[in-house]
Amino acid sequence: MAPAAPPPAVVLDAVTKRFGKGPQATIALDHVSAEIRPGEITGLVGPDGAGKTTLLRLIAGLLTPDDGKITVLGHDSANAVTAVQQDIGYMPQRFGLYEDLTVAENLRLYADMHGLDEAARQERFHTLLAFTALGPFVERLAGKLSGGMKQKLGLACALLPRPRLLLLDEPSAGVDPASRRELWRIVRTMAGEGVAVMWSTAYLDEAERCDSFLLFDNGRLLASGSPAEFSQRVENRTFLLAVPSGSKHSVQRRAAADPAVADAIIQGERIRLVLKAGAALPDGPALGGSGAPQPVRPRFEDAFVSLLQGRTPERAEARTARPPGEPSAAAPVDGAAIEARDLTRDFGAFRAVDDVTFTVSPGEVFGLLGPNGAGKSTTFRMLCGLLEPSSGSARVAGVDLGTARAAARERIGYMSQRFSLYGELSVRDNLDFFSGVYGLDRARRRQRIEWALESFELGPVARQTSGSLPLGFKQRLALSCALLHEPKVLFLDEPTSGVDPLMRREFWARIGALAERRVTVLVTSHFMDEAEYCDRLAIVYGGRMIALGSPDDLKRRFVSDALPDPTLEDAFVGLIEAQGTQVAS
Amino acid sequence: MLRRILSLIIKEFLTLWKDPKSRYVIVAPPLIQLVLFANAATFDVTHVALGLWVEDTAHPATELVSRFEGSTAFDVVAHFDNPGDVERALSAQRVKAVLHLGQTFSADVLSGRPAKVQLLLDGRRSNTALIVQNYAASILEDFQRQRSPKPDAGLQLETRAWFNPNYDSKWFILPGLTVLLTAVATILITALSVARERELGTFEQLLVTPLRPMEILLGKALPPTCIGFVEANVIAGVAVVVYGVPFIGKILLFHVAVAAFAISTIGIGMVISSIARTQQQAILGVFIFLAPAIVLSGFATPIANMPLWSQELTRINPIAYMVRLTRSIFLEDVSWAIAWHQLWPMLLIGIVTQAYSTWLFARKLQ
Repeated sequence: MAPAAPPPAVVLDAVTKRFGKGPQATIALDHVSAEIRPGEITGLVGPDGAGKTTLLRLIAGLLTPDDGKITVLGHDSANAVTAVQQDIGYMPQRFGLYEDLTVAENLRLYADMHGLDEAARQERFHTLLAFTALGPFVERLAGKLSGGMKQKLGLACALLPRPRLLLLDEPSAGVDPASRRELWRIVRTMAGEGVAVMWSTAYLDEAERCDSFLLFDNGRLLASGSPAEFSQRVENRTFLLAVPSGSKHSVQRRAAADPAVADAIIQGERIRLVLKAGAALPDGPALGGSGAPQPVRPRFEDAFVSLLQGRTPERAEARTARPPGEPSAAAPVDGAAIEARDLTRDFGAFRAVDDVTFTVSPGEVFGLLGPNGAGKSTTFRMLCGLLEPSSGSARVAGVDLGTARAAARERIGYMSQRFSLYGELSVRDNLDFFSGVYGLDRARRRQRIEWALESFELGPVARQTSGSLPLGFKQRLALSCALLHEPKVLFLDEPTSGVDPLMRREFWARIGALAERRVTVLVTSHFMDEAEYCDRLAIVYGGRMIALGSPDDLKRRFVSDALPDPTLEDAFVGLIEAQGTQVAS
Repeated sequence: MLRRILSLIIKEFLTLWKDPKSRYVIVAPPLIQLVLFANAATFDVTHVALGLWVEDTAHPATELVSRFEGSTAFDVVAHFDNPGDVERALSAQRVKAVLHLGQTFSADVLSGRPAKVQLLLDGRRSNTALIVQNYAASILEDFQRQRSPKPDAGLQLETRAWFNPNYDSKWFILPGLTVLLTAVATILITALSVARERELGTFEQLLVTPLRPMEILLGKALPPTCIGFVEANVIAGVAVVVYGVPFIGKILLFHVAVAAFAISTIGIGMVISSIARTQQQAILGVFIFLAPAIVLSGFATPIANMPLWSQELTRINPIAYMVRLTRSIFLEDVSWAIAWHQLWPMLLIGIVTQAYSTWLFARKLQ
């Protein structure tokens, strides 16, 4: 006696979108067919460049497909765009808000654009401001809001005309976990009222919260359906292996190389294993672990990785490839590798970083975790000498950045989120350039460039223009450029945001190998997953360091009957709540 | 330190050359502008559309008319018989000038009374009007001399233009153009190179290397200097070989001048690029500087004709010094001692702007 299912909000029928012409064209979407149902949150999941944004723009009528048909709320999107535009709420990734207008002015502007009359608008403003808890901030400039509040305002603007279809492009990227949960709550309520929601995300843990998902990779729809069913594909194949302290990198490497194992990643002080289908459980101690692997509930990511590896076995090889190069000949640094003491930084009246103190030992992988705008980037920039602290001091590899910046820089490797390479230059030219500016002499230069080409497997593409390489190669080239001068400390700024999980694994395998050679690594991230790879974390929020400890330490603090096995995100939210009203602004 | 800067310089040249956009900036605009300016932009006025309003058909009047008709400076394109038509034709710019001879002209000339010749000019284009007036005056002068070669007219002004005897405006324009094009290329390349790195995030990558701010600036300044040298020499070469502009000055002095000039323009480019965050802002900054700097350079309009306050402004404009200096190197073989008066201000502007940009860079790091 099930009621007749309502008609789908969106029907995609073999939708193809190309950018560019001829053989140079990139296929952004390749024959994608799917249905989006009302009253559900459909997650669009995939790494950067997978086609998520293109799909949302096609549905919003901002692009037209080259092939195939899109039916939006019963209308063909190709010829009835205006008919349905009023019923679509679209929240783009950026530029959705006018930062020089206040919250109220932004709302009014969007109301004008949607032609809302005075009575309807007062009612909507009231509801939405209460809904998003933005009421107290109506007179604040949108540009001065925190990342989370901006996203909520963007969402409120998209919700103004009571859309029947809500398109959200990475609404939670870089937003702190507490605001992220609030966004979910709001959107969940909307779905409850029958709105069809499409939520694109690069966070795989968010996929699990959706009612259904579309998983994209390189413009192709890899999988779709319910996340729970998807995760069940690796049912009974996921385990956690406890390891003796200090050996997680070597155990992880051994496990990843085991023929029975599809995926092995570091999760705090344990190794998460995903077995290949039909493979027997390997012996824990034989891999270097303590005790037998314990079964654990499968996650979306486990199924995704095992799916990707089934499709591209050659990339699975790369993940277990030999880690980079010879041990760093550097003599161990005396004392701390990084020492931040009372670091404070003001921008005008605004205190971006407030009295942050921590030390990182040689060989440690240390994470600065926090939402956008929390002060982690400012801290990071002070530690690698890109910014001078207002007060306090920073020492890196035994050198004070305040008094001997140039000397410190010779010991620092730096890789930014954007893989700052010279795109017009070939791989080889880039290596030549970076070895030159680090002042390597000719013999050493040749030797290190050969090392980079070989151990990062860049030899075959050495003559190619680096800008035209796939993301994975760019990432490897960027890392190798940062390591040419054998730095003692490596700074990584959100190194794997937006890359697919296989690439992330490959990257962290290399970082793990470096850490074993006592290279110290400082990494910033707003990805909880990425934080799990770190030995210790500093959680930065509202300009202050609100917690310091290993991922497991932090999680342990929030174990309760309701949450026997809290995630890092649970811990993060708990820490922020514990801060209470102090950082409420 | 040398190795580091050298690596940076090599990289600068490679990126300039491998990036199609910047390659275009270096090569295409100078060539197009050179051809355009040299052939199209000329101050020489020929074939002026002239209207005739002649109310007198007797002999001296027709002779004067035929003198105008025979001159290469004028093309008679219209005949009028009433002031209304004259007014309409002038305001619609069908004619640039109208020659008016009254009914009594021939009679006045023959009887020795002062005869009136009226020349109506389109004052909206004051420059052309002035030149047309001069042409007309010289035709009238000839006419008068032939009619009454009286001894009291023996005091005659004989003009001889030094340095450019035939008033060939290419001689005036091309040396100035050499300067302008060199300025555009060097400022643009410098301003864009830092802004591009900032936009792509590679600038931070540079800042975390052992390169010091001074070394970065040096590495950024030398490549555009080289390009400026090549550009100035090529354009000067074309001016001499293709367009026949004389170069009678000292080549070494020309090179020293280009170097001093490049130091100043690159300093300005550096200041722009240390303020601009994106390439767009950099281009806007270059434009904001270049447009007034060219107008106030003496390239097209003489600085001496400007109001005093804007003459003062040209003192901080390196293009003004260089336009003046280049013309005098090309056409008058200026001496080192005199050239020095134009050289030191450029060097001073260069030193000040380079120091200021270094300070701006250093300050951004704090």
